[in-house]
Amino acid sequence: MSQNLVLFVALAVVVVVSAVGVIATRHVMRSALSLVVNFFTLGILYLGMNLHLIGIGQILVYTGLIMMLFLFCILLLNLGAPQMLYERSPIKVWAAVLVSGALIVIVLSQVFLPMTGAIETTAPDDYGRVRTVGNWLFNKWVYGFEISSVLLLVGIVGSILVAKRRG
Amino acid sequence: MEATQLIAQASQMSMTEEVLWAGLRIVIVVGFTLSIIPLIIWWERRLLSWMQDRIGPNRVGPFGLLQPIADGIKLFMKEEIVPASVDRLIYMAAPAAALLPALIIGATLPWGPNRLLTPIADVDIGILWVLAVSSFGIYGVMLGGWASNNKYSLLGGLRSSAQLISYELAMGVALYSVVLPTGSLRMTEVVATQHEPLWGVVLWAQNWFIFTPYGLLAGVIFLITMVAETNRAPFDLPEAESELIGGFHTEYSSMKFAVFFMAELGMMMLFSGVFAVMFLGGWSPLPLNWEYLANQSDLAGVSWLSSPLLFIGGSAMAPVWFVAKLAVGVSCYIWLRATLPRLRYDQLMALGWKLLLPMAALNFVVVAIWMLYGWWAFFGSVAVLALLYFYVVAAILKPRAERDKVEIRLVDVPVSTAKTIEVGKES
Amino acid sequence: MEGIPLAAYLSLGAVMFAIGALGVVIRRNPIVIFMCIELMLNAANLTFLAFARYHETPLSRIIDPNDTYMTGQMAVIFVMAVAAAEVAIGLGIIMAIFRSREEIDVDKLNLLRG
Repeated sequence: MSQNLVLFVALAVVVVVSAVGVIATRHVMRSALSLVVNFFTLGILYLGMNLHLIGIGQILVYTGLIMMLFLFCILLLNLGAPQMLYERSPIKVWAAVLVSGALIVIVLSQVFLPMTGAIETTAPDDYGRVRTVGNWLFNKWVYGFEISSVLLLVGIVGSILVAKRRG
Repeated sequence: MEATQLIAQASQMSMTEEVLWAGLRIVIVVGFTLSIIPLIIWWERRLLSWMQDRIGPNRVGPFGLLQPIADGIKLFMKEEIVPASVDRLIYMAAPAAALLPALIIGATLPWGPNRLLTPIADVDIGILWVLAVSSFGIYGVMLGGWASNNKYSLLGGLRSSAQLISYELAMGVALYSVVLPTGSLRMTEVVATQHEPLWGVVLWAQNWFIFTPYGLLAGVIFLITMVAETNRAPFDLPEAESELIGGFHTEYSSMKFAVFFMAELGMMMLFSGVFAVMFLGGWSPLPLNWEYLANQSDLAGVSWLSSPLLFIGGSAMAPVWFVAKLAVGVSCYIWLRATLPRLRYDQLMALGWKLLLPMAALNFVVVAIWMLYGWWAFFGSVAVLALLYFYVVAAILKPRAERDKVEIRLVDVPVSTAKTIEVGKES
Repeated sequence: MEGIPLAAYLSLGAVMFAIGALGVVIRRNPIVIFMCIELMLNAANLTFLAFARYHETPLSRIIDPNDTYMTGQMAVIFVMAVAAAEVAIGLGIIMAIFRSREEIDVDKLNLLRG
């Protein structure tokens, strides 16, 4: 195994274990922390793939802001009624495990067979640099960018409306 | 790994040599951060006591310099109390989660022009790295507050997360309005831009961003937000002693308690470093163009002056000046703590959302206009946007002022004195 | 990181997606279900980025090969924006439900059931 492959396997193990932690732990807080670890490791994986902007964006947006909102929400609920954050033991687990195992097998059998040949990367080294991504985002994809900014604005207004107390 | 290979190829260095240099860079930054923290503790206590007209710790060692070490030994020796029915794993992990960002946030800070020694990684996402690390720096506070199983601590954690979300945006936008004229997120390039002639015309001075109109506003906004991000006074609501006992660290004792403070002081120092790099010209001691001045002194016939000038502005003295700027930044933090009272919670939110964020966003627009159309468009857009902003704020504030106007009228209440006379009779 | 087969990234993404789907099925706390949805979105992101890097895709014969390096990254950026908006609104809804019902178990939120 090459050096890079060892690094990849180590990161992948962390990703998978923390993903399992999200669904396997009883308390919401630990699920959220597992997810933080998961997103942070994914960010490191992206940085290793030469994707500078996406990698740091993953860390900034997901672990920095989205998970912070989740934790804030959990803390608020904890202030109200802590017993709600625990769950009784989940039902129908085995059926669900079987179904998702089947999902993995189906996807992998469709993906592995045609894709085993692709080992060498074809992308140029600077394809994930801030400058390259910025040029694309603000030239060819500028309409998508503007539409997503409108979406975010609508999201902000909507969340304020939903969360606001009446009266 | 690939990046190190690239650097190794570029600088004709073997892979192992490059890894060794990278290790040395890491040791320098982390070692400096950890070893300077006791000195910052001492300086905070002494300066604070001087400002409050007290003496402060002066018994252990000369000027009390060994006091932090004595405190550290005392904290090690203290009993470790873990409250019953806490989530032990998260309770133990919270101080570590608080200290980690303080150790890694300096990874992209350039301390001098020598690329071999600093920064640890000269990547093109340096400023985003600072923002990302500062945003998950609050996890330690939140987790500590939650895991302590104490309502006061929980309130401290809640406050810190709300505070972070409110100030992170303004901080980012303030930094981006400096990034725009630089044209890069690389911190070394931000410094290089600031070492060019002031406003492009004054040849003997350096173009520190704090001297440009937009950079001054961005700098003030960044200064406020960085104090808020490090949870220092006057934004220390998560640990407000008078309301929440100790906030998130109420239930922590012994070394874990100390680690929270180490993290806070380390973040304080490194945020000062970020401010120095982004607005105060990095490692240059004064906003003077040293090479230009040396050339001019050669031409003017005072050639004995040129070599000291080059020495002061050169790479040997650069880390010294940078550390001096860190010291000034830390002193300003302490000065703020000694001067300003703590904000109320609604004041904190109003300051972040209604003042800092709109101002930073308008500043960003103004910088974009300046870059496209030059100085006249810049001043025009400043005037128009300022008018717009004050119009909107006044429109928001006016109905509230009318609503809050409570009429107070003195009423002549009839007072009976019969009872007091009775009491007087009994006694 | 060179020398890692595309299939490794894709299978990591598939495993993450399956775990996320499993979580949506077996957990009943809406916050955890939400987190599992984020996990699935991230699995999709990883797949996008892996294909952007290798572009061993039938599409590369149809569209300009230079585009394939960037389209994956653009998709990921938009997914991140949508995820941020989604989290803001979703958590707002959860808080609103909690405030009116004092109960956030998804199995008991059956007010609309006929």
